[in-house]
Amino acid sequence: MFSAVATGFTDALRRLGNGSIAAIRRLGYASLFGVAVVRETPAAFARLNLTLREIYFSGVLSLIIILVSGLFVGMVLALQGYDVLQRYGADESLGVLVALSLVRELGPVVAGLLFASRAGSAITAEIGLMKATEQLSAMEMMAVDPLARVVAPRFWGGVISMPLLAALFSMMGVFGAYLVGVRLIDIDPGAFWGNMKAAVDFRFDIVNGIIKSIVFGMAVSMIAVFEGFDAKPTAEGVSSATTRTVVESSLAILALDFVLTVFMFRGLGV
Amino acid sequence: MSDTCAPTSVADAAHPDIAVELADVTFGYDRRPVLTGISMTIPRGRVVAIMGGSGCGKTTILRLIGGQLKPASGRVMVAGQSVPDLDREALFAMRRKFGMLFQFGALFTDMSVFENIAFALREHTDLPEELVRDLVLMKLHAVGLRGAAYLMPSELSGGMARRVALARAIALDPMLVMYDEPFAGLDPISLGVVGQLIRRLNDALGITSVVVTHDVYESLKIVDYLYFVSEGKVVAQGTPADVRGSGDAFVRQFIDGEPDGPVPFHYPASPYRAELFARV
Amino acid sequence: MNLSRSTLDLWVGTFVAIGLGAILFLALKVGNLVSFGSVPGYRIEARFDNIGGLKVRAPAKAAGVVVGRVERIRLDPATYQAVVTIKIDHGFQFTTDTIASILTSGLLGEVYIGLDAGGDAKMLPDGGTLAKTQSAVILEKLIGQFLVDKAASGGGK
Repeated sequence: MFSAVATGFTDALRRLGNGSIAAIRRLGYASLFGVAVVRETPAAFARLNLTLREIYFSGVLSLIIILVSGLFVGMVLALQGYDVLQRYGADESLGVLVALSLVRELGPVVAGLLFASRAGSAITAEIGLMKATEQLSAMEMMAVDPLARVVAPRFWGGVISMPLLAALFSMMGVFGAYLVGVRLIDIDPGAFWGNMKAAVDFRFDIVNGIIKSIVFGMAVSMIAVFEGFDAKPTAEGVSSATTRTVVESSLAILALDFVLTVFMFRGLGV
Repeated sequence: MSDTCAPTSVADAAHPDIAVELADVTFGYDRRPVLTGISMTIPRGRVVAIMGGSGCGKTTILRLIGGQLKPASGRVMVAGQSVPDLDREALFAMRRKFGMLFQFGALFTDMSVFENIAFALREHTDLPEELVRDLVLMKLHAVGLRGAAYLMPSELSGGMARRVALARAIALDPMLVMYDEPFAGLDPISLGVVGQLIRRLNDALGITSVVVTHDVYESLKIVDYLYFVSEGKVVAQGTPADVRGSGDAFVRQFIDGEPDGPVPFHYPASPYRAELFARV
Repeated sequence: MNLSRSTLDLWVGTFVAIGLGAILFLALKVGNLVSFGSVPGYRIEARFDNIGGLKVRAPAKAAGVVVGRVERIRLDPATYQAVVTIKIDHGFQFTTDTIASILTSGLLGEVYIGLDAGGDAKMLPDGGTLAKTQSAVILEKLIGQFLVDKAASGGGK
């Protein structure tokens, strides 16, 4: 009986080891793939209409969900924020609270998560389906590099769309907070905007937020195109690749957010 | 076996009538061997069929010829050049001389029929749009689908999609066209149409055609030579006449569609009686 | 889905335009674009025995109006004093006898440097040092001082 436990244990260890090695190998493959995609950047911009199409499909078609979500997030932030702030007589700082939360964190992160779910999964499904129906093979055999023609434009379409979407999210959030704070709760608009302007620094807060959204855009787009390209050419393969994109992108965004926040906002608490 | 169409010498640039040659090629996926020392020659200007059961490596052969896979050992020569040794640029240059018809067509679903065929022309040539238009319409006319030029692939029937893919394969007037299961899943009329197109285009354009299929009836009607592949090797070869009259057990099982023979009916398993009465 | 090139351009152009517009809105209406880029200014130094809760980027105010920001804080290893470098916007000049004090705005507010201009004729140049400073009020020392005073007056009876 002891030997059974022992073999079970060593089996589990072996599986863990194999799994880790497989994961590392996959990471290496993904990194090489990433380098190859970035190398095709000149091609992606030489055929500008390809990249423009992808900006349309990732960015323009995500507008509705981003704008509506931004509005609601801003409104809820204002409601909850007001509830807490007015206990300390600081209700005129509502604008500050909402603006900093949105510009520094919620804008890039939530817009990134929404982007990953909507555009990221669509990109993965599209590329995966092209692989499953041998369209990528056909392109290869016609001496056209699918990395240059299919993958790179989608990557850059995502990278360009993300910061714009994050900014739109933040803007709608501030507007939503304005609607709730000034129109509904009757906070003085002068105090609302004035305190906000004084507290939000362009270089420190807004630019850092934009940098974050660009980094998130790169992460999500790279994960999306890789999972699509690497998908098993079957129906289940494409479907599981799509799920993986959303999960991996979300984790990547949150992890990168932590790392970036530590480096960017090091002044906090110094 | 007649030897008018099957040169057996291992020739390359010295014999320009050989379009494609495989010499003792081995290949496997991970640990599963697919090709175990396969050799075949495909003469220029001929239509050659590669036949065999499902999963015996026929499509792998096409991928080796096209350079999408590298053999573990052996030589793959196309027009005198060794395909696995080509660098990326040379490989792409060589592929511009190929045309390939994928199973079920593999048309680009986000473009119209016209744009699918114009794709190769626009990517690899600097021809003005009017000329591209004329060429596309000519290719479509050759396959009988000029009227469908502006439909989307999703609006085409299986047979029509296959014909559009054929037109796309010959868009750049290639020297070698490869067909991966061109007859799969087609109705009898489309079967006849595709078969006739393969033969007529081959002769009219002076190209070499390699057809991977397991449709015996259509193949025997249109090809010049056949190779039978089983378990990673060539087990039989010959002209249609040779094949029809062949006594080889594998060929006979294949042609006659016998369920059991050299390719066994039963997947390898333990003895029937023993398994039925085994204690769990 | 087949999009004509002109429709595509229209939509993408609109998208990029409103995206950039959002960034502009955030920069101007939400943030203070004043600190974007280097506003021309000059630097002065002030030495304090204790800077309290003063941080880099804290504002420097004169009469309650922001005139500059704290750029750098370091410790002088020879005198054990805090040396604070303040960047003053170029529109403002201060006399050489200006007093720099470390103040708190409100009870729980942020710590900032208050500048009280003196009556001297000469103005501080770039790189000049403020002669008079008032360190931050440290609550614990205040309480300690209070207790010592109390003990002294009580013990003297």
